[in-house]
Amino acid sequence: MFSFILRRLGLLLPTFFGITLITFGLIRLIPGDPVEVMVGERTLDPQMHADAMHRLGLDKPIYLQYVDYLHNLATGHLGESLVTKDSVWKEFTTLFPATLELAVMAMLFAAVFGLLAGVIAAIKRGSIFDHGVMGLALTGFSMPIFWWGLILIMFFSVKLGWTPVSGRLDLAFDIAPRTGFMLIDAWLAEAADPSLNAGAFKDALKHLILPAIVLGTIPLAVIARMTRSSMLEVLREDYVRTARAKGLSPARVIFIHTLRNAMIPVLTVMGLQVGTLMGGAVLTETIFSWPGIGKWLIDAISRRDYPVVQNGILMVATLVILVNFIVDILYGIANPRIRHAK
Amino acid sequence: MSLLQIKNLSVEFGSDKNPFRAVEGLDLTVDQGEIVGIVGESGSGKSVTMMAMMGLLEGQGRIVADQLEFDGKNLLTISARERRKIVGKDISMIFQDPMTALNPSFTVGYQIMEVLKLHQGLRGAALKARALELMEMVEIPAAASRLSAYPHQLSGGMSQRVAIAMAIACNPKLLIADEPTTALDVTIQAQIMELLVSLQQSQNMALILITHDLAVVAEVAQRLAVMYAGQVAEMGKVPDIFRHPTHPYTEALLKSIPEHSKGAHRLSTLPGIVPGQYDRPSGCLLSPRCPYVQERCRAERPALTPLPQGAVRCHFPLYDKESR
Repeated sequence: MFSFILRRLGLLLPTFFGITLITFGLIRLIPGDPVEVMVGERTLDPQMHADAMHRLGLDKPIYLQYVDYLHNLATGHLGESLVTKDSVWKEFTTLFPATLELAVMAMLFAAVFGLLAGVIAAIKRGSIFDHGVMGLALTGFSMPIFWWGLILIMFFSVKLGWTPVSGRLDLAFDIAPRTGFMLIDAWLAEAADPSLNAGAFKDALKHLILPAIVLGTIPLAVIARMTRSSMLEVLREDYVRTARAKGLSPARVIFIHTLRNAMIPVLTVMGLQVGTLMGGAVLTETIFSWPGIGKWLIDAISRRDYPVVQNGILMVATLVILVNFIVDILYGIANPRIRHAK
Repeated sequence: MSLLQIKNLSVEFGSDKNPFRAVEGLDLTVDQGEIVGIVGESGSGKSVTMMAMMGLLEGQGRIVADQLEFDGKNLLTISARERRKIVGKDISMIFQDPMTALNPSFTVGYQIMEVLKLHQGLRGAALKARALELMEMVEIPAAASRLSAYPHQLSGGMSQRVAIAMAIACNPKLLIADEPTTALDVTIQAQIMELLVSLQQSQNMALILITHDLAVVAEVAQRLAVMYAGQVAEMGKVPDIFRHPTHPYTEALLKSIPEHSKGAHRLSTLPGIVPGQYDRPSGCLLSPRCPYVQERCRAERPALTPLPQGAVRCHFPLYDKESR
């Protein structure tokens, strides 16, 4: 198991290197530099522009800038935002819990309902339920996040008034960020001072529901379809017949003997969906004014805030890689044949 | 009273409008501690019969029978829950391909212990001890360390031994072996058959041996049912059938055993294949292939007729040479 993990870790290094190269290159390909963007419409004295660029270290040849960047990374310096002068790491860690909370809820929503729908559709293959679920999954998968979010807001927030339109918490509440996860913070605050913060947890939950559904829709559809086809394949296996011949209950045959094996491709897909989730978070956070890293990165790109863009994306990418790495390990646990592969 | 009594069992697949009878009017009895062979070509309904009896067809097949009784329990009217208390415990089954019959995600030990937990309620040390005992009973070397092995780490022969250990875990009254050696090497085949027979004797269980290897049946079984296209063609005691087959199909099967074809003759074969869903003859199902076929055979389907030593489904059984 240990050597399995080491082998997988070794494969990550080139990936990591590639990401730095791409983020570093792409942001510099966009016309305009940070100084120009900061100054905006006003005319800029070329001497002042050159001075500013020199101060920021942006006047060096591009390969030297890249070497500096790698050197800083290797020594653990993520740099400061050119705009706010705050460290990138601090901004990231402040905003990340909001995105994580949203992504985790979205994934939870997608995994629970996707697996359940996929399993039932496979067992009741050819039934109305099966066709209905697969049709809905196709619709969900094809839905543009932006449009879907607006439709849900219009219906549930505006027309029915069930959920708030945007943000993480009602302005009436003043809750100290302790963990950064609003659900937990609100719950803690409510427990500490029930008279002042009554209903804070419920309010936080209400704020979270719509964005989580919007963000989780595509993963839900993908997971449901993958689960169904994988289940159908495994249900035909001889060992499922063996399990039945042992006199095991249908639930045990399905959830232990079949799903365990059917989960292997589903896990891979779930890992890949984390990437989709991060991309989707940018859109979802923008629609729902969710103060997370998606919105932060969009702002940084429009300001040509090189360190924030480079390192923000690097960190998000690292996370995606890390999650896929964990999936790889889980994969090894779910499938002993992979764990033993030499 | 017999351990297993099947009377007039039919299994149908397909839609109501366009049904296909995989098994038709099958009668079979198995006594306690007896070895019964079922032989027949692929597609003759051997496995389907046993799967139907164990309730493994999962609603795909429609099962009709006059009687389907095991150990005094009516398997036709029993609830699924009650059936699961019998299946895997009193009746168990081993399958053809051991490499795919074990779940790749669980250790061998887990899969054996699962049965013991379910049917005998064993837990903890007793559970592990019994699993180990079973592994030793099926003669797996280094049994203790193999408990934590995964199926892909075992050879085909070893996997089949594990499958047998799983099947005999709860001392079943009836073990069904569905071509248990077909997927194995010839040398391993003999070992596995030997193991099955010795277990059958030491546990005093009845054994139904599904195979298309007549040599194996001749060696181990007491009684034999020859199946053709979902029907029993001939049934009787093994020595009787091997010495004097009464059904033309049985005779053809025996003639096609290489050892029986002495001298320079070409090995005898029965031309044609088992009729499928759409090409069933209206008369005797064997009539297109039967070397002794007569007018009556093409027109009228024969019934299974009792004989002193068994039963045969033929208008002109072979003992009755004068009528030909």
